[in-house]
Amino acid sequence: MRKIKEFAADFGWPRIIIFLFLVSLFIVAPFVGVSISRSLSDTLNRFGQNAILVLALVPMVQSGCGLNFGLPVGIIAGLLGATVAMQLGLTGWLGFLGAVAICIPFGLLLGWLYGQLLNKVKGEEMTIAMYVGFSIITFFSILWLLLPYSNPAMIWGYGGAGLRTTITLDNYWSKILNDFLAVRIGGSFVFPTGMILFFALCAFFVYLFFRTKTGTAMTAVGSNPDFARAGGVSADKMRTVSVMLSTVLGAVGILVYQQSFGFIQLYQAPLYMAFPAVAALLIGGASVNKASMVNVVVGTLLFQGILTMTPSVINSILQTDMSEVIRIVLSNGMILYALTRKTKVSK
Amino acid sequence: MTKRFDFKRFVADNVVVVIFLVLTAIATPISGLSANYIIQDIITRIGRNSFLVFSLLLPVMAGMGLNFGMVLGAMAGEIGLIFAVDWGISGVWGLGFASLVGLPIAVALGWLCGSILNRAKGREMATGYIIGFFMDGVYQFAVLYLMGSLIPMRSLAITLSRGYGIRNTLNLDSVRQSLDNLAMVKVFGFNVPVATYLVVAALCVFIVWFRKTKLGQDMRAIGQDQGVSNASGIPVEKTRIIAIVVSTVLAMVGQIIFLQNMGNMATYNAHRQTGFFAVAAILVGGASVTKATIPNVFVGVVLLHLMYIVMPRAGAELFGSAQIGEYFRDAFSYGAIALALVLHAWRKRRGVEIDRAGLRRNTVSPDAKGGKA
Repeated sequence: MRKIKEFAADFGWPRIIIFLFLVSLFIVAPFVGVSISRSLSDTLNRFGQNAILVLALVPMVQSGCGLNFGLPVGIIAGLLGATVAMQLGLTGWLGFLGAVAICIPFGLLLGWLYGQLLNKVKGEEMTIAMYVGFSIITFFSILWLLLPYSNPAMIWGYGGAGLRTTITLDNYWSKILNDFLAVRIGGSFVFPTGMILFFALCAFFVYLFFRTKTGTAMTAVGSNPDFARAGGVSADKMRTVSVMLSTVLGAVGILVYQQSFGFIQLYQAPLYMAFPAVAALLIGGASVNKASMVNVVVGTLLFQGILTMTPSVINSILQTDMSEVIRIVLSNGMILYALTRKTKVSK
Repeated sequence: MTKRFDFKRFVADNVVVVIFLVLTAIATPISGLSANYIIQDIITRIGRNSFLVFSLLLPVMAGMGLNFGMVLGAMAGEIGLIFAVDWGISGVWGLGFASLVGLPIAVALGWLCGSILNRAKGREMATGYIIGFFMDGVYQFAVLYLMGSLIPMRSLAITLSRGYGIRNTLNLDSVRQSLDNLAMVKVFGFNVPVATYLVVAALCVFIVWFRKTKLGQDMRAIGQDQGVSNASGIPVEKTRIIAIVVSTVLAMVGQIIFLQNMGNMATYNAHRQTGFFAVAAILVGGASVTKATIPNVFVGVVLLHLMYIVMPRAGAELFGSAQIGEYFRDAFSYGAIALALVLHAWRKRRGVEIDRAGLRRNTVSPDAKGGKA
């Protein structure tokens, strides 16, 4: 009994409630005519779509930079990668991998600049990150109109200049990871093997990274900067590396999201993309200064599960679409819970 | 010791204001808008927006940063207006009624927001921002599902056809510009909404007076140092909550003034940009996270809105696309907020380092003296 109590206190009641809520949604689903296999399939699909974006938050949490509300910086790098690859006419695997290859240098550069900025404002990272994210999205909205892209599939038909708001990936690399080795079971369940594998690969890489000397030093900086400095670790350098890693992962994350979604969304679309990712990580049991791979997987599954299940199940029960309200209250409530908790340093 | 005007230092201290001044100075002639049009628009916008921006002053004074949670007050004001329209109370009385309905809601929300912020000391701004999002969900739940089902609504014109929930756009015809038109005076050919300006002036007087009260002094003390204030017997947590409650109530009134000027209300979106505009305005006006004054508000509202008026036209003239101008002004507003926050954090850190260096020097110098003697 005590063990259960300890576990509950450790895991946090909000998370347990969310977990029970999701389980009850799955239990109720068949009775209101919602197909379980299809729901599971959708949940897995959304999991693969969003998991890398959530994973991207981990390095910065670990190095003590807080929740990366500036994820849009990485997303911009990813958008640059995708649009440049399309402009070069790369399709299929070459297109997707090309986009990944192109987005990495952009991510490193933007991440380095962003990291330099965050090093100057220690202690106030979160609010500033939020506004850096907003600024870069609006700034790039101008660039999407002005940059000399010329692929007719991407630019507005009438003006002959400026990228479209949404660009379809149909003839490029739409669903390329989803369909790779995809396993179809029954009528409506599809396991997106390629996408899940790709996430597993990224997660494994990050996991390994935190086992290296640099990764350990990074965690040390996050847990106790003074101690780390005494141990001869440059806090600024470690923080910069973590921000760069986070930004590159954000860039790759948005590419995976796009290939599954089938469209590149430009302009104001990524403005608030950091918030659901942050909520997912926190639902998974992370705190403002501690996050692990388990948090990423559990959190994304729970959060995306609820996003998939509430519209269908709640609508069938109440005959109204309350999912939007539930999504807003749940995700922001979770962020609030994490921000207001006295942060535990131990463990 | 002559006190010279240090130009470099002035620019460094007011870099956000200077950037905005230069930008608008360049964009205004390009836009080709007439001076008359711009001045009239600015006069209207000062009346419309400055009250909302004033709601940010008290929390800054209490050291809680920019109160992004003011959005809660805006929601309370909107609920008040929904009831005023529903009950068919028109004119200034409608606005008064809306404020009366909004008052208890704003106080309750402000108290809630203040209590949450007390649990998140040191990251009030990010937390306040998320509280705004969170309450947006609750607001949506109340207005879209409860109004008309649990909360009785009289007017069919404002409820959705399914029987409950409020329509996406609320027509505020009954109270439209009732405060502005109460005493519209023509000055040099410009329409000046004197009544609105008087309300804003009264608020300024209130703030000046409030600073001198015991409570106001307490807030400033807390803004300086929470530990010391606590030790000297000031109830820190309670005073911080009061600062947020007053801010929320002011934002509620501000939103009502804002919406009566606009004339209609996007029921589910009207408050989303409120916090952004208010915060951008006060920062563009030269305020920082720890210091904000009444002139900051006016300078900020004029500069920010001048840019909002001229940028789309300037974009259209320069690039042949008003859209670019719009993105431009958004980018610069967000950028101004980011820059102001960065500069503040930077200065604070530099201040800490200088203090530290100063302490070190003090510990070294006695030894040096001892060596000489």
